[in-house]
Amino acid sequence: MTGAPASWSFGEADAEKMRAVLAGFLRESGARTALVVDRSGQLVATVGEPPAFDPTAFASLTAADFSANDQLARLLGEQEFGTLFHQGERESMYLADVARRVILVVLFDTRTTLGLVKLRARHAVGALDGIFTAMFERDGAGGPRRGMETEFVGEAESEIDKLFGA
Amino acid sequence: MSMINYASREINCKLVYYGPGLGGKTTNLEHVYNKVAPASRGKMISLATESERTLFFDFLPVDLGTIRGFKVKFHLYTVPGQVYYNASRKLILKGVDGVVFVADSQIDRMDANIESMQNLYENMAQYGYDMTKLPFAVQYNKRDLPNAAPVAELQAALNPGWPVSEPARQRTTPDPYHDGEQLVFEQDGQWVERALWFEAVALTGDGVFDTLKAISKSVVKGLG
Repeated sequence: MTGAPASWSFGEADAEKMRAVLAGFLRESGARTALVVDRSGQLVATVGEPPAFDPTAFASLTAADFSANDQLARLLGEQEFGTLFHQGERESMYLADVARRVILVVLFDTRTTLGLVKLRARHAVGALDGIFTAMFERDGAGGPRRGMETEFVGEAESEIDKLFGA
Repeated sequence: MSMINYASREINCKLVYYGPGLGGKTTNLEHVYNKVAPASRGKMISLATESERTLFFDFLPVDLGTIRGFKVKFHLYTVPGQVYYNASRKLILKGVDGVVFVADSQIDRMDANIESMQNLYENMAQYGYDMTKLPFAVQYNKRDLPNAAPVAELQAALNPGWPVSEPARQRTTPDPYHDGEQLVFEQDGQWVERALWFEAVALTGDGVFDTLKAISKSVVKGLG
């Protein structure tokens, strides 16, 4: 593997599949919100109660949290910590690795239990794993790269000049 | 690794400010935060020690607006510069789309600059990224200080260029940001390409947006 990191993309059909899995999981687990965050810190999807916090900041911190714990696992001689749990007085978070590329983040409160969330999450992670593995295989299959329209770069450059001062 | 979400029509790009400790990476982000219209930027997050040294990273999302139906966002990160924080520094590079190396121009920081630059190349190589193929800019910060080394000296040490092997790219290419300078040029029979470079005084904001504009444009070009 050499060169610049390629971008990855997903479409409406992929997003729909993700949403269906997450919506089913929320129904069965009684959790409030499920988010999918990629390992570089970008928010991929949110399902359930819309979060009251800044989701962009949340996604970047989640990825950092997961990566830091990954390194801790290695120091202990473990390959990884596949899941993490943060317990609050009322609100808690459960995080699980998906296909080594994205993270499922579950927010839940006292209306459900960690046991139920964990149990149902296992099935959801399996389903998401399938969706993401297929997505990454397709992106990495060497098909023609789908670039943005020709005008895109020019317009983006003039927006950059406007925002950051010409 | 930019992420293109065709469902919500969003493109997210990750820019990382790298460099030795106390070189001005956080100051770059703070200047951007203070000057960009509040509607175009999100919350700035700093995971710092009590003495305000970056412990893990700083993060600032900047919203470029909607371009041909896509919301384009840049996520700006800094890494901790101190040598012993390499584990966390490396994590931040994951999925990076463009790198700004903030060098400290002071003569007595030359070794720290070189060590940090080598560390950047090593960490990127471990992820399988090739620095010569990625949007990359070097910012010589603290140009206002009396003990700042001459730019030519800094360039020779930190941005000497890498060999250009593809024949199509072996042609003199002017540096769009510096009159009379070249980014691709022939030297002793060898074609060489240098990274974009800028002079800056991040504390006053000089050069901060020049650097950010250039690196953002390089990243955007890669999307086309």
